[in-house]
Amino acid sequence: MRIVFKTDYMQDIRPWKDGYQLSLYMILLAAVIAAPWWLDDFYLGELTNVLIWAIAGLGLMILTGHTGQASLGHAAFLAVGCYANVALIEAGVPFLIAFPVAGLLTGIAGVTVAIPALRLHGIYLAIFTLALSVLMDDIIVLAEPITGGVAGKYLGGVDILGLTVDRWGTPELFFWLVLAVAVLVTLGYINLLRTPLGRSFIAVRDSEVSAQAMGVDISRTKTISFALSCAVTGWAGALMGMYAGAFNNETFNVLISIQLLMMIVIGGLGSIHGAFLGAIVIGFLPQFLSISKEYVGAVFGGSTVAIPGLEFGIFGIILIAFILFEPMGMYGRWLKIRTWFELFPFYRKDMFKRQKSYLKTERLR
Amino acid sequence: MDNAQLLISGLANGCVYGLIALGFVLIYKATEAVNFAQGDFMMLGAFVTIGLTNTEYMGLPFWLALPISLGIMAVFGYLVDRLIIRRLFGESQTAVVILTIAMGFVIRFVAGLIWGHEPHTLQNPLAGKDIRFGGLVLGLEDVAVIVVTVLLTWSLYVFFNKTKLGLAMQGASQNQLAAYYMGIPVKRVQGLIWALAGVVAGIAGILFAAKGSVDPTTGLLGIKAFAAAVIGGFGSLPGALAGGLIVGVIEPFASRYIAAGYSQIAPYALLLAVLIFRPHGLFSQVRIKKV
Repeated sequence: MRIVFKTDYMQDIRPWKDGYQLSLYMILLAAVIAAPWWLDDFYLGELTNVLIWAIAGLGLMILTGHTGQASLGHAAFLAVGCYANVALIEAGVPFLIAFPVAGLLTGIAGVTVAIPALRLHGIYLAIFTLALSVLMDDIIVLAEPITGGVAGKYLGGVDILGLTVDRWGTPELFFWLVLAVAVLVTLGYINLLRTPLGRSFIAVRDSEVSAQAMGVDISRTKTISFALSCAVTGWAGALMGMYAGAFNNETFNVLISIQLLMMIVIGGLGSIHGAFLGAIVIGFLPQFLSISKEYVGAVFGGSTVAIPGLEFGIFGIILIAFILFEPMGMYGRWLKIRTWFELFPFYRKDMFKRQKSYLKTERLR
Repeated sequence: MDNAQLLISGLANGCVYGLIALGFVLIYKATEAVNFAQGDFMMLGAFVTIGLTNTEYMGLPFWLALPISLGIMAVFGYLVDRLIIRRLFGESQTAVVILTIAMGFVIRFVAGLIWGHEPHTLQNPLAGKDIRFGGLVLGLEDVAVIVVTVLLTWSLYVFFNKTKLGLAMQGASQNQLAAYYMGIPVKRVQGLIWALAGVVAGIAGILFAAKGSVDPTTGLLGIKAFAAAVIGGFGSLPGALAGGLIVGVIEPFASRYIAAGYSQIAPYALLLAVLIFRPHGLFSQVRIKKV
């Protein structure tokens, strides 16, 4: 059991609680930076994939986890970021400029979507973004001069300050690139949550009416949230394109959108850790399933037939279990475990119990 | 004549969208949640009936299989509420949305395991017959779909607006706590409405499978039914049917008269337009919230 003494007002808004916590994260960061030396190329690639999903999850977390606007269409913004990045690189823009600009363009796309979406709440917003994600497929096909249509595009290595960063040729460089983006986005996110803007995001999430009463400009807050969320998602999309190498209109389909939303729910809505934990589940579930299928096949002598849809089926079951039994996601579970240890032996059963709530409608007829 | 033919086939398709949308609206009206798995419920209803009727499975007579499969769907809907949705009682809409999406994945997976991934058609007494009506050729299935849908919408509308139970359901949705004070057993009402939604999905599935073929991904049709429900406004039963018909009619005309590539966008573009200009549907039921 640790006791944190507060001796300074800055302690309340410092990104880390104490030196112990900071050192833990530093050790984690060092271990991840050193990953190319203790992981083989296959698992390094998987880890890169997890990090890319985590960045996309962070993007969606800003909007859904902290501003409370559920989006089922973030794959559309992944696509925008990916194609913007490729188009700029093909136009001869160096990667170090093309990449941030791709995020910026996606952010602008997000604002254009946010303006009509401002009036929508709850399920209507979810359906709006879902339709957007479905439409994106057709838009990509129609915008063939930029996107290559059904044939798609191909992006090999990119050049950064004389180094060729390629998913296949130099996986460790690509890994470090993704890691750098992930760390920068995470730091920015942590910082965002300490600013008045970040606080107003949370206020809007918890109650729009009371946020407005406290002087928060709801439309402005939501629009900025959309912009930031989409920009981060656009970066993730650009990296996803580089990771996949080749992509076309079907790469960023509706299922990716849904998967992204489910990922942050499993990880834990409203926490930065949640995006990473959810990404780990998404990233390693297919591997885990194929390994366990082989194991089951070996033990019971059954053939290892491919079961179509198994991944999504298992994923759905995990998600249902989480929503029913641990609505705060994996991070919420971890918080409880940690609190149990920190407070030992004073943990009480109902410490995280939620208040009973009753739903009210906004319909009047 | 060509256009009339397009119109009829569009109406029949639209009725199926309308039926799925009815399921959305039913659950929305009574629990303020949206069942994103309604399309998959429909697919399940179709497969249950196929499993009972088709000769390669159980081979029961069609008219006997019909009530059995609707009963199964009712029990299924009730169990979904009893075992899963009821635990989320009072939670936000978004939690239920995500939960039902996940449920859709599971239903699709299980249906794929049981019935395989090939398209199936329901063997039914109406198949292959048609009515000739002054140069128009109407499939008997299409006529059946339209008639059944209109009847069902009308009876549900009456049920919600005239009967005690229907009014209780609306009350339970609008303010759960107040409904409790008025003596409405909110949870039991919720269970009933999910059973009813299961039955409606079953009917939609049977009609759909009689008209065309189903496979486990058919449930994704639900996305188009969203367009229907949104156009009609989520709280209105006739609105859902009207929305379904609009979407259904627009589709064949768009693919006939608009260049390929743009035509399949039409229903979604309409959906977005309605959401932008009339955020709560053409038959709106929401006003600005006052504190």
